[in-house]
Amino acid sequence: MKTVPLEYFLLLSAVLFFIGMVGVIIRRNAIVIFMSIEMMLNAVNLTLIGFSAYLGDISGQILVLFVMAVAAAEAAVGLAIILALFRTRQTVYFDEVRLLRW
Amino acid sequence: MSGELILFVLIAILAIGSAVATITRRNPVAAALFLVLHFASLAALYLFLSAQVLAVLQILVYAGAIMVLILFVIMLLNLGKEEQLAERFQPRAIFALIFGGLLLLFLVVALTAVPIAYPEMAAKAAEIGTIGALARELFTTYLFPFEAVSLLLLVAVVGAIVLAKKKLEIPGASVETKVIQKREEQAVG
Repeated sequence: MKTVPLEYFLLLSAVLFFIGMVGVIIRRNAIVIFMSIEMMLNAVNLTLIGFSAYLGDISGQILVLFVMAVAAAEAAVGLAIILALFRTRQTVYFDEVRLLRW
Repeated sequence: MSGELILFVLIAILAIGSAVATITRRNPVAAALFLVLHFASLAALYLFLSAQVLAVLQILVYAGAIMVLILFVIMLLNLGKEEQLAERFQPRAIFALIFGGLLLLFLVVALTAVPIAYPEMAAKAAEIGTIGALARELFTTYLFPFEAVSLLLLVAVVGAIVLAKKKLEIPGASVETKVIQKREEQAVG
């Protein structure tokens, strides 16, 4: 059986990481920036699973499990921070939050 | 071109298209729904790599739990007025594309310069994707990181509740915090 080459998964992962990175930089909405970060995490997960399958090593999949757990924790804390930000500033647009900006 | 490769290309196009839609839609709810589609197509890609458990977890944790949380916050904050914000020229968008494109070029060159020494999927790839194999490894070799992650999740839950609480009562809070709280009370009252 011919399988899809590993390079294709790695290239796809690089493209998805690029899209997530551009999303973080160009968007102003904190929640959309947050979603772009999740997208970058997922692009890395794809690389890990690809290498895990082609090397026959299970460690990559274990690491993906841990990344998912950390992403869930990050989602909870990050959205709580956005809620607190909205409560004090009435905005979620990062260019209107500039107290700590140089 | 084998059938598997055609299917891979279709799902890859779906993943890239939904990712681009996520970062370009101005309505956050539409962006979140495109992100759900993106996560689902990634789960399909995990199945190509015979990572069955992770494909299911991807749907459960990402497309399920995290996206519901994000949608909940979007609707709680009643965001949707971004369309009405004045469109203005953003020089950082050009910089993002230039430097992001450089990074992408670097990655593509690095990945394609040397042929990868694993042309075929490992023979035991189907075995290591099962829940039994994952659990055996997780509860033996990686037992300590596993327990550490459980502690991390506990801390995250407590932290989320503290942060999202209506009023932050910090003993010995700084003057600025008290000023903000007073302003908040005036805004409410």
